[in-house]
Amino acid sequence: MIEIKNLVKHYGQVVAVDNINFKVNEGEILGFLGPNGAGKTTTMNIITGYLPSTSGTVEVDGYDITTHPEEVKKRIGYLPEQPPLYRDMTVMEYLNFVSDLKKVPKNKKKNELSDIIELVGLPDHRKRLIDNLSKGYRQRVGLAQALIGNPKVLILDEPTVGLDPKQIVEIRRVIKGLATSRTIILSTHILPEVSMICERVVIINKGRIAAEDTPDRLSSSVSTMSKLNLTIKGDKDTVMKTIGDMPNVKYISMTSRSEDDIFKYVLETKKDKDIREELFYKLAENKMPVLELRPSSATLEDIFINVVSDTGIKEREDL
Amino acid sequence: MFAVARKEIAGYFKSPIAYVLIGVFTLIISLYFHPALKAGYGDFVNILDSVGFFLIFIIPILTMRILAEDKKSGTEVLLLTSPTSLPRIVIGKFLATFTVFLSIVGISFIYPLVIVVFEGAITTQLVGAYLGFILLGAVFCAIGVFTSSLTENQIIAAIISLIMMFSLWMADQFAAKLGGPFGLVMEWISVLTRYKVFTQGLLTLDNIVFFLSSTALMLYLTIRVIERRRWIQG
Repeated sequence: MIEIKNLVKHYGQVVAVDNINFKVNEGEILGFLGPNGAGKTTTMNIITGYLPSTSGTVEVDGYDITTHPEEVKKRIGYLPEQPPLYRDMTVMEYLNFVSDLKKVPKNKKKNELSDIIELVGLPDHRKRLIDNLSKGYRQRVGLAQALIGNPKVLILDEPTVGLDPKQIVEIRRVIKGLATSRTIILSTHILPEVSMICERVVIINKGRIAAEDTPDRLSSSVSTMSKLNLTIKGDKDTVMKTIGDMPNVKYISMTSRSEDDIFKYVLETKKDKDIREELFYKLAENKMPVLELRPSSATLEDIFINVVSDTGIKEREDL
Repeated sequence: MFAVARKEIAGYFKSPIAYVLIGVFTLIISLYFHPALKAGYGDFVNILDSVGFFLIFIIPILTMRILAEDKKSGTEVLLLTSPTSLPRIVIGKFLATFTVFLSIVGISFIYPLVIVVFEGAITTQLVGAYLGFILLGAVFCAIGVFTSSLTENQIIAAIISLIMMFSLWMADQFAAKLGGPFGLVMEWISVLTRYKVFTQGLLTLDNIVFFLSSTALMLYLTIRVIERRRWIQG
């Protein structure tokens, strides 16, 4: 659906995007991750045709953005980081204007608008002035704007920034709901958001792609050692000794005490050994019931920091 | 194109700006018209000729926000990523300012109407003067749209357009002072000289073409400015 080849963007001497290549398949939600200033917004601005690229091509649904900008723009709904709202208009006036701007046929306009308003949760705000809406509701108007014209591709630049937790959950739900029929690129630096919504992740750093995979596979690629979180009932010292004596345990440490004789521990095993079964029988033998046993794999945070600092180190070595 | 124009026109009439400008302009004409009427001197052409100068102050206020505001508030992204092409957006914006200008002109029809009712005839001078006035307004609106594209600061946009319009207005005086080939150029671009021809009731083709092509040129430059900024901005 979206194909980006050798994309480069210079701002004078500064290289904002340095030879990026990636593809987004139809119906996929792609998470676009990167620290601030990595080139996420620039890339999105190029895909949507707001900025021209220095070199390289962007194709959306088979149309090139430089040779067929209008065909591409018809297929894309864009929510920039700062929602492009006219604050002196009411929600309805604004959405009507965007429909006209996107050349939605008159007979379809009314139904489409009421569907979108329902979907993003704005039915009670139709006649409110955008200037008087809270940030969360403005974000919804921004999202509604992107949905007008029923575009096949949605590009959302940090759609949940600045929202309260309840609004974040709702916006995420809306975005997930949209994904069934659309291709979505979503940029963010909130990592749990990516693992929650996205099927695939592209991590970009300093204008280059640092990693690209599914959130799960990225996680497992980073965790070479597996950690286990345990909650065990029983005397602390005996537990520590029993487990510490097991052959494949690298170390164990108590992290907290939750009740009188219930303690939480973290344990690290030697490379790629699964000791969960063995652990269970051993503790059962000694009448020390396991209340919780949870493997902790690397979070996206770990991967992110790993990937981002890796490329940082490489660059320093290049110099 | 019309979506943009409609939205902007509605914006002008929802805010006080259109009404204030209509009010100010009507007041200015009245200040000329009342003494003339009292003196029994019913020549509106002369009045229109004089009030043309005040467009230099009114039009920059009308046009200063038209593109500068979009840039400042980030709505430019919406316009430029929509399937409506840039020339159509710019023309739509121009049409909006021109429509508000026309509504100001429309209200001023009351004055010649008073004269026509009491004196009888619509003269060719009057028709010519109005046509010239409207064409002058079109060029000034286009200059205003152009300067509004240069900056995101509305005040700066207004000041630049005021300077441009004032220079065009005074061009014949510069021409007289300068002389030589540069003086000839100034003579040629003097909107005042050309406007005076209209108020004499002469509709000459070269003057009409001059005003229309100047309008087109300013809009073309506006498009180029926005295109260029897309390439260089960060």
